[in-house]
Amino acid sequence: MKSKAEIVIIGGGVIGASIAYNLADKGMKDIVVLEQNYIASGSTGSCGAGIRQQWGTKMNCLLSRKSMEIFENMNEILDTKRDIELKQGGYLLLAFSKKELDQFKENVKLQHRYGIPSELLTVKEAKEIVPQLNTEGITGATYCPTDGHANPFRVTQAYVEAAQRKGVEFYTYTKAEDIITEKGKIKKVITDQGEIQTNKVVNAAGGFSKEVSQMAGIEIPTKSERHEILVTEQVNPILKPMVMSFSYNIYCQQTPDGSFVMGYGDPDEPESHNIKSSWQFLEEMSKKATHLLPFLKKIRVIRQWAGLYNITPDAQPILDEATDLEGFFMAVGFSGHGFMIAPMTGILMSEMILGEELSIDIELDLERFENDRLILEPSVV
Amino acid sequence: MDDNTIVCRCEDITLKELRDLIKEGYTTLDEIKRALRLGMGPCQGNICLDIAAREICKMTDKTMEEIKMPRKRPPVLGIKMGELAGDQDEK
Repeated sequence: MKSKAEIVIIGGGVIGASIAYNLADKGMKDIVVLEQNYIASGSTGSCGAGIRQQWGTKMNCLLSRKSMEIFENMNEILDTKRDIELKQGGYLLLAFSKKELDQFKENVKLQHRYGIPSELLTVKEAKEIVPQLNTEGITGATYCPTDGHANPFRVTQAYVEAAQRKGVEFYTYTKAEDIITEKGKIKKVITDQGEIQTNKVVNAAGGFSKEVSQMAGIEIPTKSERHEILVTEQVNPILKPMVMSFSYNIYCQQTPDGSFVMGYGDPDEPESHNIKSSWQFLEEMSKKATHLLPFLKKIRVIRQWAGLYNITPDAQPILDEATDLEGFFMAVGFSGHGFMIAPMTGILMSEMILGEELSIDIELDLERFENDRLILEPSVV
Repeated sequence: MDDNTIVCRCEDITLKELRDLIKEGYTTLDEIKRALRLGMGPCQGNICLDIAAREICKMTDKTMEEIKMPRKRPPVLGIKMGELAGDQDEK
């Protein structure tokens, strides 16, 4: 292990890997990434693998649209060894009330302002895209044909390998245990494998963002909670888009290998680091999914798992440098959509760290939670 | 066993694919599982994970005791979603 580094990134998920790659691509040397387990072992590897651009805030729209452009060219940009399995089958978002449909209309206007090719659909048009859909109670939908899916392990590994070729060192099974500071400056990071002297640290710790911030004495308003997912056996391609609803609370997509991946958010889920599976989820998920997409009744569930959402009060991430601790950068609180905006997050964080002009004007600082400048993202599951 | 032997029947993975990955530096079952989808099929890794563990031992200095099995996730066997949802006619 190196005893000195220009920067230490804590977290070997897609966010940490994307930041490391972009920093190295801009010429930074001596970059170290610490990962307590293996690459993508936390939130990245347990996510639903969806990539969506249909958001309800300017920031999420911009981050996701620009990230999709990168996903579309990722195999070439990163010279990936294994295809990232991008599938752009679209996202069909379902509204179940007039109020929700009105919100969708606002969202589409916003999305068009930032170049996202979404459209408002009638129930009949939605059924043309997904003929198997049970339209009972549905008032309308929106659809974006370029939304879709990519393989989170492949994407993260592609960033890791591209970063390694540029000299970045990834230490897996290495846990950051403390950050030593002195007079508002970072001195070193202590790990269970040794110490690394550095003046810059990036908190990209996903479900453990709060704990890593606390090591540096910084309090952040993120909380982790379990979100469960299941996957079915593989069948022939029969469902093109991701089918999703915020009010009915579901997402379900057929991945390129043929299996269906689906989940919902439990509103009563407590803050924790619990990632155990529950039978309640299996039963409730099956009821929800087979009601909306009855053909799923005949398909077998083969595995369920759970991962952590790291949630902020406005469901938008914190991309910032701490005001009280020079060189302490945060890319945390992605609230369940970190994977899909990781490409742009890596670019913005590398610009912020190197003191360059940011390619998007972001309003994702930590102070927004104190100053009550919150813009709530209405579209999350 | 020769290179073309299928080590994971659910995902059609050959011994060569597995050995190539171990040579690349993937030496834990968790990492191999996610790179190759080995053990992610209907059998839940009951066949392939032991074979993969033995290959890691043969090709590295690890012993079987040092190889950690991936976290077991339910269900043990595939169950139709209709049955889980409580549909009487699906049973």
